[in-house]
Amino acid sequence: MPHKTFFAFILPSLIAMVLFIALPIVSVVVQSFYVEHGRILVEVENCQPFGGCTKEVRVDADATARLEQEQPLGQFNGLGTYLNRGHLAVNELGAIFADNRGLADVLTRIYNLPFYKALAFTLVFCFVVTPLAMALGFLIALAVNTIPRFIKGPVIFFSLLPMIITPLVGSLILYWMIHPQGIIGATIQDIFNDPRLSLRASPLLTWLSLLFYGIWTNAPFSFVVFYAGLQTVPADTLESAMIDGASRWERIRFVIMPHLAPLATFVALVQLMDNFRVFEPIVGFSAEANATSLSWMIFNDLSGDAQLFGSAGATSVLTIVGVVILLLPVLVRTWREFNHKVV
Amino acid sequence: MKHFLAAGVSIAALCLGAGAAFADCGVTAGSVRILSNDFEALRLVNSTAEECATDAVKVTANATAEHKNLQVPALSINPAEYTVAVVANNSIVPLLNDNLIRPLDDLVAKYGQDLQPNQLIKIDGKVMAIAFMGNGQHLFYRKDILDKAGVAAPKSWDDVLAAAKAIKDAGLMETPPAASVKPGWDLAAEFVNAYLGTGGEFFAPGSAELAIDNDNGLKVLETMKAMTAYMDPDYLTFDANGIKAEYEAGKVAIMNEWGSLAGATLDAEGAADGVVANTVLAAAPTIAGQSIPGAALWWDGFTIAKNISDEDAEASFRAMVHGISPDMVAKNAAVATWLVKGYTPGPAAVGVIANATGGARAYPMQPYVGLLHTALSAELAEFMAGQEDAKQALADVKAAYDTAAKEGGFL
Repeated sequence: MPHKTFFAFILPSLIAMVLFIALPIVSVVVQSFYVEHGRILVEVENCQPFGGCTKEVRVDADATARLEQEQPLGQFNGLGTYLNRGHLAVNELGAIFADNRGLADVLTRIYNLPFYKALAFTLVFCFVVTPLAMALGFLIALAVNTIPRFIKGPVIFFSLLPMIITPLVGSLILYWMIHPQGIIGATIQDIFNDPRLSLRASPLLTWLSLLFYGIWTNAPFSFVVFYAGLQTVPADTLESAMIDGASRWERIRFVIMPHLAPLATFVALVQLMDNFRVFEPIVGFSAEANATSLSWMIFNDLSGDAQLFGSAGATSVLTIVGVVILLLPVLVRTWREFNHKVV
Repeated sequence: MKHFLAAGVSIAALCLGAGAAFADCGVTAGSVRILSNDFEALRLVNSTAEECATDAVKVTANATAEHKNLQVPALSINPAEYTVAVVANNSIVPLLNDNLIRPLDDLVAKYGQDLQPNQLIKIDGKVMAIAFMGNGQHLFYRKDILDKAGVAAPKSWDDVLAAAKAIKDAGLMETPPAASVKPGWDLAAEFVNAYLGTGGEFFAPGSAELAIDNDNGLKVLETMKAMTAYMDPDYLTFDANGIKAEYEAGKVAIMNEWGSLAGATLDAEGAADGVVANTVLAAAPTIAGQSIPGAALWWDGFTIAKNISDEDAEASFRAMVHGISPDMVAKNAAVATWLVKGYTPGPAAVGVIANATGGARAYPMQPYVGLLHTALSAELAEFMAGQEDAKQALADVKAAYDTAAKEGGFL
């Protein structure tokens, strides 16, 4: 295809990508370097139904509006927001390393900082859910591939359900099931004979529930891709392996798995990116006390009684940086292969 | 076809008749667009205001729990998306900070004959909002269970703890008390309630410097933590609706719950046998030997957007005054604790009124109190889960608040 035709072909999606992906990211990056103007405060009389009139502090809205007119983005703060306690917490980390009582103390105090607490759960979620969900998806794909044709349709449909259900609804369903009066929660209490045992109370059990949900909801994607991949496994290679006396496990290990390896890279890439942005299960499971994620931090900055756009922007940029770091090994490999082919 | 025509004509006649009956709000032209939170009392006010709609006047209402996130952007544009924003102590603050609502003095003078002086929210001498109902968290308890356990009606948090212990020791209930301590807005509200009860101030006078890192703050946290020993082990997942469900199921004997949910708790719907008949509403418990109920008093009221035409502002004001008219309140006395003229409190209003007469303080309206609320909502979670001590929790709240206040331009 000539370069010109190719360019014309992808131009519409290129424009859409610039408009809806690139520009918003640029705007978020710019926003993250700014904080609000210093508010001009005045003390005024304030009367309300309860407690009568009192002297209270108010923002001088006109004076603040004039400041905003001059500099609509706010005050330039450079990397200040990135380095403050809500994000990378450089000063706090310095203090912890300068004066501590051993490794356990260092870890506890770092975990007490909101960004690192969120990062810890986000990374654990990424690296536990991605491989396990892929393994489960692969197993389902192998199983579905061998069942008789006439029940394949319904089985595939049911295997895909976790992916079809909206994540928030899916997590709520599981959340209600692990309620002490729900089917799973009550059964577990019965098995361990402990009426105060609750999957929602302890940090460890909450994490396990969230990870279980993550695997359940992510497996179908791997399943679909691997199932499609299985249809392309060359039949004659499999047949010759059988003639050579290879068992089912050996055929999977030495024929199917190498054949699906490139697909697995692709699935891992997509899943890592997805799982790094884990958000819905935390809200659905009301797990904020025990588990937070980077996306949840952004949500927390933008909802509630006061909104912090600079802080949300900084967390978003750090999330993007995190995704890039996660994908770096794969990107580097793809780049090398690409160069190799050209040469 | 004939039938359709007949039906059409009679429907038209009905509509005309209805229009004529409701034409008494006197609005002749303009557009009224209401944004409000979503609960029964506000829906009622909205639908009453909607009666003012005529051919020349359009009245629409959007009642949504997301109102706080919508209001600032929606009122910033010109003309504003909504002409009326229904707010409370906390949600009026962002509108004031950004200068998005207009003074109502001239409208009150012209059309506010039915309003009482204490309904007018005055800031710097100007009326900025019209309050129409009060709200707050207070005690709901089961008289039968307390009698069986042999404890008197609790007045202070120490009484509540003693009652919880007595009920549990007597084997009457596994988890006698409940409070909405789900991390997030609810947990922070619990802290604010009890802290107000100590008589302490949140900020150093005249500045945004946080001042809760003291004995009062520690006492509040200790009390909150002591309660959790008797609560359902899932307490960190319970918000206000969650504890209402537990209470109605008969699993809880004492809870600190919103007055606006009293009506729904006292109706028989969804409640186990004996719960409704034995429920007593009382003022919020006192704390630290003080005499005032440890609860924030809240008002709900309406404001009129700045970026709209005077005609729309006038129409909106008159429609809302109709929405909170003494007539409507007389017909729906049980729905809320109204602040409107001629209101006779029903059984559901007892708790909020007990809070007010007991001298409870209003939820603070400083411009930076929202930042404190957010800091409390995230940083108290680990303390409530038992993962850190009270001193550390208060230090974390201060650090988180300072970070946010610097970014918000207050420090």
